[in-house]
Amino acid sequence: MRLTVKVRRYNPEAPKPQPYWQEYAVEVEPAATVLDALIRIREEIDESLALRCSCRSAICGSCAMRINGHAGLACKTKASVVAGSTGVITVEPMGNLPVIKDLVVDLAPHWGKVQAVEPWLQPTGPEPQGEYLASNEAMLHLAGVMNCIMCGACVSDCTVLEVDPNFLGPAALAKAYRFVADPRDGVARERLSKYSAYGGIWDCTRCFECVQVCPKGVAPMERIMALRERAIAMGYKDTYGARHTLAFEELVEHSGRLDELRLPLKTFGYTNLPKLISLLPIAVRTLPKQKVPSPFHKPIPEVRKFQATFRKARQVSENERQPTATQAKQG
Amino acid sequence: MGDRASDQVLTYDVVVVGAGLAGMRAAVEAVRQGVKVAVVSKVHPLRSHSTAAQGGINAALGENDSWEKHAFDTVKGSDYLGDQDAIEVLCREAPQDILELEHMGVIFNRRPDGRLAQRPFGGAGFPRTCYVADITGQAIVHVMWEQLLKAGVPVYDEWFATSLVVDDGVCVGLVALDLRGGRLHTFQATRGVVLATGGLGRIYQPTTNGIICTGDGMALAYRAGAALQDMEFTQFHPTTLKGSGVLITEGARGEGGYLLNKNGERFMAKYAPKMMELASRDVVSRAEMTEILEGRGVDGCVLLDLRHLGRKIIFERLYQIYELARDLAGVDALQEPIPIRPGMHYQMGGVKTDVNGATTLPGLFAAGECACVSVHGANRLGGNSLLETVVFGRRAGKAAALREAHTRPLSSAPAQDEEKRIRSLFARETNGDRCATLRREMGTTMNDLVGIFRDAEGLKEALARIRALKERYQRLPVHHQGWVFNTDLVQVLELGGMLDLAEVMIVGSLARQESRGAHSRRDFPQRDDVHWLKHTLAFYTPEGPRLDYAPVTITRWQPQERSY
Repeated sequence: MRLTVKVRRYNPEAPKPQPYWQEYAVEVEPAATVLDALIRIREEIDESLALRCSCRSAICGSCAMRINGHAGLACKTKASVVAGSTGVITVEPMGNLPVIKDLVVDLAPHWGKVQAVEPWLQPTGPEPQGEYLASNEAMLHLAGVMNCIMCGACVSDCTVLEVDPNFLGPAALAKAYRFVADPRDGVARERLSKYSAYGGIWDCTRCFECVQVCPKGVAPMERIMALRERAIAMGYKDTYGARHTLAFEELVEHSGRLDELRLPLKTFGYTNLPKLISLLPIAVRTLPKQKVPSPFHKPIPEVRKFQATFRKARQVSENERQPTATQAKQG
Repeated sequence: MGDRASDQVLTYDVVVVGAGLAGMRAAVEAVRQGVKVAVVSKVHPLRSHSTAAQGGINAALGENDSWEKHAFDTVKGSDYLGDQDAIEVLCREAPQDILELEHMGVIFNRRPDGRLAQRPFGGAGFPRTCYVADITGQAIVHVMWEQLLKAGVPVYDEWFATSLVVDDGVCVGLVALDLRGGRLHTFQATRGVVLATGGLGRIYQPTTNGIICTGDGMALAYRAGAALQDMEFTQFHPTTLKGSGVLITEGARGEGGYLLNKNGERFMAKYAPKMMELASRDVVSRAEMTEILEGRGVDGCVLLDLRHLGRKIIFERLYQIYELARDLAGVDALQEPIPIRPGMHYQMGGVKTDVNGATTLPGLFAAGECACVSVHGANRLGGNSLLETVVFGRRAGKAAALREAHTRPLSSAPAQDEEKRIRSLFARETNGDRCATLRREMGTTMNDLVGIFRDAEGLKEALARIRALKERYQRLPVHHQGWVFNTDLVQVLELGGMLDLAEVMIVGSLARQESRGAHSRRDFPQRDDVHWLKHTLAFYTPEGPRLDYAPVTITRWQPQERSY
């Protein structure tokens, strides 16, 4: 199979370092992965091409890069699939991270954020003689998160990190969830308090990009949502994010649809003048687009029937949350 | 000249080279002893090849199991070449180390009563392999990295160790190239250097090993004068995926998978009627190879059939390999058998150490796959390599930390010498040879002639070819001349070490005129305890390896005939 691989390159040692595109024509086996193609280029055409790679089986996390614009593992991506009928594949370094050389990015900002969530088990109470007793279900649930290989694909394509480098990011927060949900960990309360701060769980915009690009099915965004639920359940309601969520729920339950005027008032507080004033420009921008919410909010017809359904749904979701809350016993 | 070598000497009590499980465990333990520790690794710890271990980690935890049974299985698996004092340490300390991993946070699968679940594994008389689905290595590596972060150990990741510094017969440090910064640095390790650089699988092609598994630590130790031991013993894993050659866990057979030939027969009945698919790896790989060579294979492979296990077990315990088969071979393991073949997987031999990780060179310690304690002897049991990394990583880290400090100051001259050496590589003229070409020729030579079955003729041919490659290597140019992330340079440096090691492996294989464990000589098909119940030692000389031999430690299990 003949491929054209367009690689975004960067050589920091060039007299005037500038990113540029370089095209390689390369012949690979029909079953080849993008990594196979890049290795062939590096071995037979251009030894200066820098990339990280090792295991070839999607477990070491080295070869994450942007392939045709989206982050993924080169070793898990079939060349024939992404080349399509044109036979062209574009390959770039991951986004949201500084480039060191060619496809090699500096993950240090990301590692710093992982460190910031205190990613180690913190049991309280005496250490058991044997293992901690825990249910297999709890361990399997955690395995879904431990499947994360820290390749950085979600970090690369996170739309929040693009505008706010302070955000802890999907991978670090998924890792944080792994401890909060671990029945052996004893400091969930402290963790959730910490993760509720600026840059934490409430800064995700639920764009789903991390769920889409994760090569290991970790679904980081869903872990962030689970952290939000636990934070609220633990009483960490005094953040804009938590108040927004609760206000949303309350307003919808009340009238069957969102009262868009009250939502910001309830989220930020009726007396929080500086914040409300800061929202005025947004309110002004809604005018010409005819998106101004009506000051006379009316419930939907048959709102009582809706409210009954709403409460039933809440009960179901609360019941579903039960199993992971089982505590580890000392064995 | 000279602007690429740092004048600063980075001084620690203990410097660990390699950040896989053995290296991280050594560092965590050394810190506990209250000394100043650093880790130097050519990749970030989470990229280490320990992550690729799938199936599990052994310990006798069951009510009817015992460390003695585990030890006997290991001795038998080693074809009686393992040192029994070391095997006793491994198996006796295993339960405590597993519990420690669990307390650190490893999410081992559980039994219904909440205790650790254990699965059957090859060559084991008891289900004693603890596991996290089929991502056990990854699950443990990530937890050990968490412990490293918690302990605040500085990690010089993406720093490539280019040489050890030996002063008056003592290893006192090393030189490493900072791949990002493009500079060479001298490290002083006053109490000890711990090598934990993993395996050398890339000497072979194909191999289950990652691209980073180039035997660097073994090569560094060999050049520095330490003894390598039993390098002729190379494990071929029975189930590697057709095409890419990546690993399919032994757990697939542990959970009940069948091996079939082209006639649909469970051929292991002929070779190991009692243990069938769960005989030890050398036995299963030889059986598969025999089936393939005698024409009962399917397109150079045999078949691993998981279909009867059902969706639940496959998705709960074997989901990684389900994905690998689907993504890399286009096979749906729920619907059809997976084509597999034996492939180079693990090096039993390595830098000779005692049970505390001390090598024959004072100040130098080693642990994990790069070391040879020797607990695996002529053939390693599945689930014992992860165990070795934590038990002997811990012991080596502690022993290095407790060693008396050697405080004579070190200059930065070693880094300057390495800069000169690298500049001389850069100065070589292009001659049409490429690093990848030499590596491929080495890999296929080793696979074809130093594989599952060996004989004198093939080994002599292999030796001649490897020596010819060593000649070419002396003139091999580095095509890329940069200093920042120059992977071409790193690969050339790695290749030099691999050619040294390949030579040692062949010379050892040629000398050992018997068949034992993974070393099968067609011309000497029997095990010969009278002449060969001994370890091979290899020492560097400019003319090639000098061999010596050392006795095997036997405590309570006398060699017997081995059958499964």
